[in-house]
Formats: sequence, C-alpha cells, structure tokens
Amino acid sequence: KTGLPLWLLGLGVDRLRADMSRLLALLFHQGVLDEQFLQLQQLQDESCPNFVSEVVNIYFHESEKLLRNLRGLLSDREFSDYKKMGMHLNQFMGSSSSIGAKRVRNVCVAFRAASEQNNRAGCLRALELLEHEYCYLKNKLHEFFQIEQQRVLAAVVRYPIQN
Amino acid sequence: MGVKIQSHHSVAVMLNDQLGAKKRVTFVYTYRAWLLKLLLIWGFAGLIISGLIYNNMDADAKLRRKEVLVGMCDQRARMLQDQFRVSVNHVHALAILVSTFHYFKTPSAIDQETFAEYTARTSFERPLLSGVAYAERVVNAERDEFEKQHGWTIKTMDREPSPLRDEYAPVIFSQETVSYIESLDMMSGEEDRENILRARETGKAVLTNPFKLLGSHHLGVVLTFPVYKSKLLPRPTVEERIEATAGYLGGAFDVESLVENLLGQLAGNQAIVVNVYDITNASDPLVMYGHQHQDGDMSLVHMSNVDFGDPFRKHQMICRYHHKAPMSWLALICACFFFVIWSLGGYILYGAADHIVKVEDDFNKMQELKVRAEAADVAKSQFLATVSHEIRTPMNGILGMLALLLDTDLSSPQKDYARTAQDCGKALIKLINEVLDRAKIEAGKLELEAVPFNLRSILDDVLSLFSEESRHKGIELALFVSDKVPEIVVGDPGRFRQIITNLVGNSVKFTERGHILVQVHLAEHSKALMDSKTENSMNPGLHEFVALSGACQFNTLSGCEAADDRNSWDAFRHLVADERFCSDASNGMVTDEASGNVTLMVCVEDTGIGIPLHAQNRVFTPFMQVDSSTSRNYGGTGIGLSISKCLVELMGGQINFISRPQVGSTFSFSVTFGRCEKNGFINLKISHSDDLPTAFRGLKAVLVDGKPVRAAVTRYHLKRLGLICEIASSIKMAVAMCGNNGSLTPGFGSLPDMILIEKDSWISSGDEGGLNVRLLECKQNGYALKLPKLILLATNINADELNKAKAAGFADTIIMKPLRASMVAACLQQVLGVGKKRLHGKELNGSTFLRSLLCGKKILVVDDNMVNRRVAAGALKKFGADVECAESGKVALEKLHLPHAFDACFMDIQMPEMDGFEATRRIRLMESEANRRSNGGPTVGGIASKVEWHIPILAMTADVIHATCDECLKCGMDGYVSKPFDEENLYQAVAKFFEAKPFPDT
Repeated sequence: KTGLPLWLLGLGVDRLRADMSRLLALLFHQGVLDEQFLQLQQLQDESCPNFVSEVVNIYFHESEKLLRNLRGLLSDREFSDYKKMGMHLNQFMGSSSSIGAKRVRNVCVAFRAASEQNNRAGCLRALELLEHEYCYLKNKLHEFFQIEQQRVLAAVVRYPIQN
Repeated sequence: MGVKIQSHHSVAVMLNDQLGAKKRVTFVYTYRAWLLKLLLIWGFAGLIISGLIYNNMDADAKLRRKEVLVGMCDQRARMLQDQFRVSVNHVHALAILVSTFHYFKTPSAIDQETFAEYTARTSFERPLLSGVAYAERVVNAERDEFEKQHGWTIKTMDREPSPLRDEYAPVIFSQETVSYIESLDMMSGEEDRENILRARETGKAVLTNPFKLLGSHHLGVVLTFPVYKSKLLPRPTVEERIEATAGYLGGAFDVESLVENLLGQLAGNQAIVVNVYDITNASDPLVMYGHQHQDGDMSLVHMSNVDFGDPFRKHQMICRYHHKAPMSWLALICACFFFVIWSLGGYILYGAADHIVKVEDDFNKMQELKVRAEAADVAKSQFLATVSHEIRTPMNGILGMLALLLDTDLSSPQKDYARTAQDCGKALIKLINEVLDRAKIEAGKLELEAVPFNLRSILDDVLSLFSEESRHKGIELALFVSDKVPEIVVGDPGRFRQIITNLVGNSVKFTERGHILVQVHLAEHSKALMDSKTENSMNPGLHEFVALSGACQFNTLSGCEAADDRNSWDAFRHLVADERFCSDASNGMVTDEASGNVTLMVCVEDTGIGIPLHAQNRVFTPFMQVDSSTSRNYGGTGIGLSISKCLVELMGGQINFISRPQVGSTFSFSVTFGRCEKNGFINLKISHSDDLPTAFRGLKAVLVDGKPVRAAVTRYHLKRLGLICEIASSIKMAVAMCGNNGSLTPGFGSLPDMILIEKDSWISSGDEGGLNVRLLECKQNGYALKLPKLILLATNINADELNKAKAAGFADTIIMKPLRASMVAACLQQVLGVGKKRLHGKELNGSTFLRSLLCGKKILVVDDNMVNRRVAAGALKKFGADVECAESGKVALEKLHLPHAFDACFMDIQMPEMDGFEATRRIRLMESEANRRSNGGPTVGGIASKVEWHIPILAMTADVIHATCDECLKCGMDGYVSKPFDEENLYQAVAKFFEAKPFPDT
C-alpha cells in the first residue's frame, strides 16, 4: 500500500516465510512437488547459499532444451525415432525426480509409455500436457524464488537489528 | 517402468515354462482314446480263452469217456475169452476122457448113458456150451459093421439115411440137451465137416463160423476136438494125426445167450453196446453176437481182440456207448464263470484307467489353475509393491512436512507430539516395507540383516507406538529389560521390531483392563531361574514389599491375574535380585563373554481376553483367527503371528505362549543376537539412535509404589537415565526415608532430588496433603536445603483426580504412562530445568558422523543428467567431500585412468552410449590389469604403497528393485544408493568403505 516493496520496510520476514511455506504446502498438496525438493533445500547451507535456485535453473535450462527437442522430433511428419525420444524422456524424468517435480515426472512416465507403444497421437497429447505442467512448475518456482529472494533481502535488512 | 514391464513379461514367460514343464502324463492318459477298443479286445480275448477252456475240458471228458469204454470193453473181452477157454479146456478134458475110457479100455467103459450122465453132471463146468456130443470116425468100409453094432443107420443132418461117403462121423454119445443129434453124421454139415477135418489135422480145438444152431434160433459156434485112438508121437505129422483119429468130440457154444449172461453180471451193462464178430475173413466180418443194425453212439468205438484158442479163427469184440456223450455242463459252467470273471476284471481295469484319465484331467486342470494362481500371486506381489510404493510417496511428503515443522520453534509438548508423529510415520513406512517383505517370507527368500542396534531404544519405539491406545484404554503398558542384556546387539532390528510390534499390538487389541508387560532377559539366566525354584531371599527389602502389598490379589504389574504365573513377582524378584547381585558383585563380568552370541528371552504378557483352548493349536496358522467374530470385533487379518513365528524361527529362536481364557496370554520367544564388538564408529552410530540425555546422572530419586513389579519397571527406566533410585512401598515409608536422612540406606547421603509417586499409592494413602506437610516439616527441621520435587506417575487420570493432584502440588509434574526413557527425560527436564543445552548439542550427531566419513574424500560423480549431477554433488559436498563430476561413462573412464586420486565413485546406471554397468566393468577390467602388472613386475610410477586398485563404485538408481541391485553387485559395483539421496541411505552405503576419522572441524 505504501508502494514500497515490503522487504524495504524490514518487517516482512516472518510473513514472507509464511508465504513460502504456504506456497510450498500448496505445491505439495497439488502434487507438483514431493519430498525430494525438501531434501534439496536441506542441502543448501552457508557454503552454497543459492544451491536450490542454481540446481533449479540448470533444470529449467536442460528441460527447455529437452522440450524443444521433443517438440522438434514430434513435429516431423515421418517421425520414427522413438528410441531417441525415450532417451530424452529418461533424462527429463531423471532430472525431474531429482528436484522433486513430481507431476512433471508422472507425465514423463505416461509420455514414455506412449512412446514405447509408438503411439504418436498419445505422444503429442502427452507433450502438450508436459509443456503445461512444466510451465506451471516453472511459474510457481519462479514465484517461490522471488519470495525467497525478498526474504533474504529482508533478513539482511534485519540482520543488524537481530545482532 | 521399464523394469516393471520386463518383470510382467517374465511372469508370462514363467507361466509358459511351467505349463510346458508340468506336462508329464502317465501312460494311460496318453492312450486314453484306445481304452474302449482295449476293453472290446479284452472281451474278445475273454471269449476266445473261455472257448479254449471249454474245448480243453470237453476233450478231457471225452478222453475219460473213451478210457472208460476201453476199460469196459477190454474187461468184457477178457472175461469172455477166459470163460471160453475154461469151457474149451473142459471139452479137451472130455476128449481125453473119451479117448481114455472108450478106446484105451476094452471093453469100452463108456456108453451113452454114462456119457450122458457124466456130461450132465459136469455141465456146470461148461456154462458156455449148450451141449457136447461125441462122434466116431467111421470109414466107409466099416459103415455096415458100425451100423450093425449100434443098430441104427447113419443119417445126414436132414435126418435122412446118409449117402455113401468116404468117411462118416456119426454121433454116438451125446449130452441129453442135444440128444436129438445122435446118429447124425457130423460130416454131412458143411461147417462141421470143415471143423472135423481141421481138428484132426491140427489136434487142437477148432471153431466153426457162427451159424444158427440146430434146435435153437440162437447164433452159435461149434467146437470140435479130435480124439485119437492111440497115443501120438511127440511131433506127429498131419497124416499120422489123420490116421490116429478115432472120433470127434464137439460142443455147441450158444454165443448169444452166453455173452448176454456174461454181460449181465458186469456193471455198466446198460451203458454200452457190445458186438462180437468173427473176422477170419477180414472183408466180411460175421456177427457172433449183437445186432446188425447200428444204434448207439457211433462216434466212439473200441475194438478188442478175443482169442478163443483157435489160431485159425480171429474174433473181435466191438464196444460203443449206448447213448451219445452228454453235454459237458461242468466245462460249460467253468468257461462261463471264467468269462464272467474275466469281463469283470476287464471292466475294473477299464474303470481304473478311466478314473486315472479323469484324475489326470483334473490334475492338469488344477495344475493350470495353480499356475494361474501363482501368476496371480506374483501379480499380487507386484501390485503390493506398486501400491506400497505409491503409499510411500505421500508418506514421505508427510514426513518431510513434519521435519519442517520440527525445525520451527515449538514448545516442548508440541515438539514431542511432532516427533511422535514423525516416528509413527517412519514406523508406518517401515511397516509398508514389511508388507513388501511378506512376499519374501512366503518365498522363503527373506534375508536377515546383521547390524548393531540398541535393543532398548527399539523397544521404546515400539511401546511409544502403542502408548496412545493403551492410555486411552486405561491399561498399563510397561517395558522391562534386564541389566544383563547388552546395550547393543548385532541382529536385524527391523525384524525384531516387527515381532515385538506384532505381539504388543495383539495384546493391546485384546486387552481391556490390567496391563501389558514386555520383558527381556538373558535366556540362560531366566531359564536357570525357572528350573531351580529355590527360595533364596537375596534381598530382605524386597520381601518386605511383598508383605506390604498383600492387598493386591496377584503380584503382577497391575494386580490382575496373568496367564503365566512364572512372570509374577515371585519369579521376577529373583531375576531382578539376581541381576542386582551380579552387577553389584562384578561389574566387569558382563563383558567377559564379549565374543559369541547372546540369546534373549522376550515375554509379552497381557491380561486380555486370552485365547480359547480350542483355538490355541492354530494360533500360528496364517489367516486363522479365533473365530469370525474376532475380526469383526477387533479387526486384523490374523497373519501377524504367523509372520512373527517365521521371523523368530529365522532368528534361531522359538515362540510359544501360555494363555488362559478370560485371564490373559503370555507370548514368549527366544532370539539369538550377536554380541557387538565395542568399536568406535558403531558407538557413534548407536548414540545417534539412542540419544538419551546424560544430564540426570547421579540424581537421587525415591519411588513410591505398592506394586513391586511396577516399581521395578519404573526403576529400570530411571536407571537408564542414570538416576539412583530407591523404592518405597508407601508414602509413609518414603517420608521416613527422607526424614531419617540417609540412615536407612548408605547410598543416600542427603535428601533425594525427586520423589516419584505412583497414582494408586497416592490415592490409597488418603492424606493428599500429608506428604507435603511432612516434607515441609523436614525442611523446617533443617534437614535439607532443597525440597525434593514431587512427580506423579499415572496411567490414566480423570478430571477430578487431576484437580486434586494440582491441589496437592503436582501441577506440571504428572508423567503419563507408559514410561519411555526419552519421555521421562523430557518431563524431568521440564521439572528440573536442566540438561536442555546438552540435549541440543547432541542432535546433529548423524550428519556429523557422515561428515566425518566423507570429509576430505575425493569422490567422482558420474551422471549424464546435469541436474542429477549437481544435486548429488551438492549432497556430497554438504558432508565435506571433494566432488568431481563426469557427464558420461567415457569421461569417467578417462578420469579414473590409473593412477588416480579418487576415493569413491557414484555411478548412474542409465546413461546413453555407455551405461553404468558397462563403465563399471571396464573400470574393474582396468584395475585388475593394473593389479596384475604391479603384482607381477615392478611397481608402477613410484606408487608402491597401493598394491591393490579397487575403487568403491556405488550405483545410483531410481528404482531399488532387487534385480537391479543384484545386477549392480554382479558387474562389480560395491553397493547402491537410491537416487534422491537420503542421509540414512547414504550412510549405510558409505559406512562400509570409509573408516571414521576424528572430527576434522569442531
């Protein structure tokens, strides 16, 4: 209401933390994320403060590449290289389960099943769904990291007071 | 997913294999189409064989018939012959008589009368002869003289005067029966003439053809003997004989009547027909006796030769049966009988074969069903695996959130609740894993772990699972572990926990009042004690308690009766007392037998509804419950006890129980664990799992409890926290102890730090305020500077009692049972306000340990997935490892080119181009070559210290399915971690390879 970001006021740390928790809980509840994401967060400490966001960014980067490849493979009319697609999907699945992106991973599983059956229509549908899920995840995680960043900044602001 | 599909496929293949393999059939089944034909053939064979039997028997009968005929015929022929001979001999004698008395005597001594009389009187000697006559030889020249002498003329047979001939043979003497032939010339008859001529030539008896005799209508033959005038030379010629002939003696045989007479005397006369023939002229046999027309059985004829003493003539007797051979009934019946039996036998065989075919058919059907059922079972197992995996995922979410919750600032009870929730969640996950293991138990593939674990903390965990429920029901749940049981044992904690959970769970389920007591003792110790029920009183103080607690009916934990009275205070006292004695006398003794195994006896005693006697023998059968109402009332599947039994037996123990309906049950089992060698890193690990605070060491406590068993249990928990504990059976006594200020027991130099009072003792003592007053008195008297804290122990407490308790000064200091060391510790912390700091410091233990393992180690992480790589590297870095990454198997191979400085390698399995298995194989190959070279020749590159290259390679895999794990180990990997890293998992995998280092940074 003041027009200033909340963190500048140095008051919102708890509120931001609560927001983060709520967002996380929502994502868990929706099944977008699973406990692996928590594990990931536990790995983050003073020695590597941006570990989670770093990993997630790698994930986004890789995933977009994979999605592009998949889209390219499927848009080809005389497409038959299901094996290659399976490899891409395995990659996608591995990285998704590593960061705990559960729904993306599940879609990948379905996608791979369709590709194993050489079901082109199914693959296309799955790809749509995958892109949708991926976008959703990406948006939410971006939101999450934004809040996190604000929180860190707020914490920094409060730091001297706390000390 | 890929693995799953593969396994489905393998199920199908297995199914086919089984179908193929089990197609072994019997001979009968193979030829089942032939059965009916075989039966028909059998029937034909039976007919043929019975026909043969009939023929055989019939031929036998015929043969016998023939033999009988032959015998009869021969007998008749012989008799006839003999009789004939006798007559012939007699005629011979007559001939000699005539020659003697008629010719050799002069004058003749015989005339007609003499002859007639003599012959008549001797006729019985000649039964076959109708009569005899003597005819004299008269030549023609002497005829006239002869006729004159006798006074009659010679007549022919036709009774006419004989014509002129050369010779005559007129009859001069005759028996009266044939007197009509006197003076007849015998030579005038054709047969007689021949006879006479032959007789005088041969000098023997001679017979005629059979012909109709004179004077009768019967057939007969005439016998003729020559009579000589003078004695003949020894070998007379024919001429000499003819010359010497004086006359002829003849006799007529009436053959027909004679034979008839003869046959009439013999048995079986009616049965046979006898004919006698003269066969001198073989082509034209003449009938001597019998009918010419053929009647009787013509098929069977026997001929016997009859010799009547005349060599010129041949006679024959022919016999045959009167009637045709009768039908051979015996043979027919035998044959029929045989056929019937044969048919029956055949039918039985056919029936049997048919049955075999049917059974085989059923068997095949069953086999198929069995295979299907097995396939279904496999499918079920897979389903279970899948479902439990699906359950695990959300559970992990719950656990994660709980972990988050625990990180926040919570009050002590909240923290306890959250931790309990987390523990329970973990237990649930474990249970799900156990469900997975059930398939393994069924397949007999269960493998037991052998890891060191803290027995007491496991038991604490189990009890805490049931604490809420037991509290709700108002039953007392207690745990007692003997001091002699080692702190840490080596075995399978999961399985042990499963057994205990199951038994306690059952007990809680079926108990509505009273108590559940879990006891653990050394097996040999408790056994020895049970064997020798010696009444030795080690501890006089304890005896006192027994005397005081006379109000209770039974000396058990809650005062309710228990099924197995061995567990009552009587025995328990000895166990405890003995223990005390041992630990007092020689503290080092426990560690004496540091090596080898330790066998524990675990008892779970409850005062529930018990097991009905009729159901007691099938308690351990899977899916068996006492009756159907049990599952209605109490739920459950009834598989728990059977699993427990399997597990106990796998652990080398035995499980059994004593149960009395409406009284309770006591399950006890023995289990063998390995003793743990006291090794640094294990201690670290264990202290992680059993983090009891040490802040209370040395504090003194007085426990007021009227029930000795309960008191012992409580003391056990306090002892674990390091408290020194004295037991008083009533508040008065406790006050006395405080008041006397150490004079009672030497251990108590000052007032106790706390007094724990059992709710029952407090209520029953009646004066709620009394204790406080007394204590205050003490204080005023200056005995102590500090009042001991008062703590109430209760199983369940209602609002009234709570208010009362608060009024009496137990405001925050009520410990709800069941007791757990950690919970008691938490309460005491609150009451005493100590130890919090130290407790906090301990919490990091697990990760610090991992840190100590991994710190400074150089580790290679191989994964094609950048995200995964980063996460794995992050996780390892967190524990201080120096991590290097490789994005493919090839790069990894290059980096691991010998010599290298890596301590371990984490290898992803699914990678393009070269997967983890392949990469590992190549690394191992490389290593073995290097090892060979360095062992054979000089050391490579100055690195003399490392003789054996073997880098630990751990697989990173997303699906921890057994097959994958096995493959990992097969291709030379040392272990595996499931992919999203988890501390526990990582610890287990890494602990095998790295020695714990002292903390590098503290």
